Amino acid sequence: MTSVSLRGVSKSYGSVEVLRNIDLDIEKGELVVFVGPSGCGKSTLLRMIAGLETITGGDLQIDGERMNETPPAQRGIAMVFQTYALYPHMSVRDNMAFGMQIAKKPKSEIEAAVDNAARILQLEPYLDRLPKALSGGQRQRVAIGRAIVRDPKVFLFDEPLSNLDAALRVATRIEIAQLKESMPDSTMIYVTHDQVEAMTLASRIVVLHGGNIEQVGAPLELYERPANVFVAQFIGSPAMNLVAAQVTETGASTTVQIRKGATATVQVPSKPADQSLLVQLGVRPEDLVLTEGDDFLLEGTVAIVEALGETTVLYFEGKDGEVGLMAKLPGIQSIGKGTKVRLTAAPDKLHLFDAEGVSFHYR
Amino acid sequence: MEQLLLALVSMAAGVGACVLYFWGTNKILDGVFPARGPNAGRNILRANSIRPWLFLGPAIALLTLYLIYPVINSVILSFYGPSGQSYVGTANYSWLVSDAGFRESLRNNLLWLFVVPAASTFFGLIAAALTDRISWGNIAKSLIFMPMAISFVGASVIWKFVYDIRGENIEQIGLLNAIVVALGGEPQAWITLPFWNNVFLMVILIWIQTGFAMVILSAALRGIPEETVEAAVLDGANPLQIFMKIKVPQIWGTIAVVWTTITILVLKVFDIVLAMTNGQWGSQVLANYMFDWMFRGLDFGRSATIAIVIMVMVIPIMIWNIREARKEG
Amino acid sequence: MQGIAGQRPLLIWVVHLSVAALVLLWTIPTFGLLVSSFRDGDQLSVSGWWTALTATERNIIFRAPAPAAQVKDGDQWVISGNVFEGQAEGEVTAFGFSSKAPAAFAPGQTAEMRRGKALEVAPNGDFRIASPEEMKGKRGTRIFYTSIDPPRFTLENYRNVLFSEGIGRSFINTLTVTIPATIIPILIAAFAAYALAWMQFPGRALLLAVVVGLLVVPLQMSLIPLLRLYTDVGIGKSYIGIWLAHTGFGLPLAIYLLRNYIKGLPKEIIESAKVDGASDFEIFIKIVLPLSFPALASFAIFQFLWTWNDLLVATVFLGNNEDQLVMTGRLRELLGSRGGNWEILTASAFVSIAVPLLVFFSLQRYLVRGLLAGSVK
Repeated sequence: MTSVSLRGVSKSYGSVEVLRNIDLDIEKGELVVFVGPSGCGKSTLLRMIAGLETITGGDLQIDGERMNETPPAQRGIAMVFQTYALYPHMSVRDNMAFGMQIAKKPKSEIEAAVDNAARILQLEPYLDRLPKALSGGQRQRVAIGRAIVRDPKVFLFDEPLSNLDAALRVATRIEIAQLKESMPDSTMIYVTHDQVEAMTLASRIVVLHGGNIEQVGAPLELYERPANVFVAQFIGSPAMNLVAAQVTETGASTTVQIRKGATATVQVPSKPADQSLLVQLGVRPEDLVLTEGDDFLLEGTVAIVEALGETTVLYFEGKDGEVGLMAKLPGIQSIGKGTKVRLTAAPDKLHLFDAEGVSFHYR
Repeated sequence: MEQLLLALVSMAAGVGACVLYFWGTNKILDGVFPARGPNAGRNILRANSIRPWLFLGPAIALLTLYLIYPVINSVILSFYGPSGQSYVGTANYSWLVSDAGFRESLRNNLLWLFVVPAASTFFGLIAAALTDRISWGNIAKSLIFMPMAISFVGASVIWKFVYDIRGENIEQIGLLNAIVVALGGEPQAWITLPFWNNVFLMVILIWIQTGFAMVILSAALRGIPEETVEAAVLDGANPLQIFMKIKVPQIWGTIAVVWTTITILVLKVFDIVLAMTNGQWGSQVLANYMFDWMFRGLDFGRSATIAIVIMVMVIPIMIWNIREARKEG
Repeated sequence: MQGIAGQRPLLIWVVHLSVAALVLLWTIPTFGLLVSSFRDGDQLSVSGWWTALTATERNIIFRAPAPAAQVKDGDQWVISGNVFEGQAEGEVTAFGFSSKAPAAFAPGQTAEMRRGKALEVAPNGDFRIASPEEMKGKRGTRIFYTSIDPPRFTLENYRNVLFSEGIGRSFINTLTVTIPATIIPILIAAFAAYALAWMQFPGRALLLAVVVGLLVVPLQMSLIPLLRLYTDVGIGKSYIGIWLAHTGFGLPLAIYLLRNYIKGLPKEIIESAKVDGASDFEIFIKIVLPLSFPALASFAIFQFLWTWNDLLVATVFLGNNEDQLVMTGRLRELLGSRGGNWEILTASAFVSIAVPLLVFFSLQRYLVRGLLAGSVK
């Protein structure tokens, strides 16, 4: 059953269009993550679903009901803000109860809902404290608790972990994942710019860029089969290497020429019309391995070595003194700066994009 | 006692009426467009388009009645005769141009406009810079700031006492004359000395306003990034150079705000002159001159004309303020 | 700056001394007023307040009663009395009978005058002029004496001004003006400020510009039109009239200060309350008002000081009678009618500035915060 459905939704401020023609269906029980660089429109989209921004084009439906003009409180949503947005003059208990008090729910019902949320989030010892007496992580838990108390159809999270420090971020991320497990029926929409959060939490990821949806899919689908160059380089760290190439053989797998006298076979189907097409060959740094032979894929002089212990990242000299390709090798490697090395990768780890940057899989 | 009771009752009535208005109108609005039921969404939107005007209503009404209407009305009155009945064209304005009292007031006002903001800002800046460097600075600040709480009339009494004069061979009880005599001078009737009495009146306002300038400039000085000062120290600047070349240029904006705020106040200055000299001995200022024509001259036309002159003098500041506010959005 | 190495101690001393000088300059006038208000009226008018703690030496010429007051005492004609009559008391240290030698004799001594007359003055001021023959003439003998007055402090001045000079009554009048004139504009301005900060409606930017513009409109502009209006409507000179006037005049600053503060509250809190289903009225009452307390307090202090200290508005919109004369008005009246009676003036002035000073020193924190909100961008 579809929980949230967006049909041709767009948003413009005057003549500036920040979201274009967004189509998206979110199923009940999903945890969908909107991810993208800052300014891509992901927060705006979330706020439009919440009713905090007007929708300037298209339709929004929640549980099959058109909600474009409905005020936030009537949409059956709850929102967790990046800055927590706790009411500083109210105790934790009052913060969580506020929404139900406004709705004039009976006292016993409010109490039960607050106690339930407090138990789930282990906030019972703090119920009578003011927000300022809590740590950052506890505050965020109260904000989540406030959302749970509202018993919404859809939970909206707007970068909820961005204000926490690194260690707490991991811990709270796991708590949110567990929370989702314990509430399999609730729909959640989660906005972040952090791809690790996106990969670990999402049942589906929506990658937004420049006001458009670039790709929608399960986390590993995005990693393994990025729809275009943007998604390929946005998901995964360090970003995917891209080198210019030309198609020489088409068929169930494609052969491309990568430099004079050297070709590579890519396990991606192509059409006869693609013959001689100029393309971009993509390979993730972590998929590259060292080789001694002459059938190497890439060759370069090491400019910088980052030894991280578990991995070693090599940056190669590129054109005009810029850093070019990158390779991520397992463990500790005894490669010094200035060394010339050769690298190769398995054919099923290679990606092909046409001149417009669209993946051969998705043409 | 009866008066006190009456006062309490009328206070409660005034404040109560206010509370009742806001509470009542919002209840009615929620009643007409309930946030429940089938039309909840539309009702809330409708209520939301009306509610701002309920919130703003009393403010708009009072601002219009007490500030906007009077400005317009004053402009009209300035073209009318003493009682506001007969149209006299620009007669009031031509009278103004040739009137010696007006010229004296205008001259004095310009003097006030130049001296008081300059001196208050100057002393305020010095006080701010010095008090920020010592351990008992906050106590010092509090004491320099204190005159801010004193009424102009109260301040006038305080300073009239300082300027007091006794006969030549009798002991002086005014502090200023006592000092002058102790230094071998002749006691003076300070507030009747032509021209200089203006200065002695201005001292009072400077005394009151320095604290204001100090508090604001001190906050601005503390807001300067510490690193810029430390960088200057490493560059070998001495404290005076740091102050003049690093700190002051960074707070020009605040200095301008302080200056204009005091300027506006100076234009309205009235109580001090009224209480100290009532404009005698060549110390008249516009605001008091206007008051004179209103209550002693009983000429609404002329006094409205003087008010227009004061208004014209603040218009540049008004425009500047609106521009600044617009910039912040 | 404190931590920087190699600062010269001399410079620090110069700073300390300069600040001390500034503080002295700024407090001495008020301090003088305070000291004087507790001094005996007679001492106040003859010696500077800075001598209040030392005994005053006075050279006084006393004219004894005319010979008509003489009485026969045995074989002598005697005039007696006290030289401090109608004067502040003190202790006589020397006396004489001619302007050439006004301090020729010590008290207790007998000064031989012409025609067998003798003058005695005791330290407590009792004098006795004795003559073997009946004294003639219309005027009394002049007695020159030097006296030492011990410092005298009194609450008499305050009792006087509070109960017989009408300051007490004016105090209540001022309170009647001040309290509603402080609360009403806060209420009205807070609602307007919230609307200008967080509600959507056409004309918001224009309205805000108008408020900023009205910040500087001189009060004087309003006096004549409003006075005429009040007379026409029939409000005349009344408390309701002055409350509304103070409210109107205080509103631009109130709206501007409060809007700046309310606009500075985190947007997410307001949005969160909207998601929680609160209407704007509920958000205002339950979220914004409690969180705006510092701004409300600072404006309240401003408005209180301003209305308490105001002379202009009160002079125009209130009458001169007992029921309506406020303290500033009373003080100005005294300044005119009792210009030389410093014991009355100083005590009255101090009564009128005591409340603002109290408010100022106890709530200075909020006042400063409000000033900064209004001026520092």
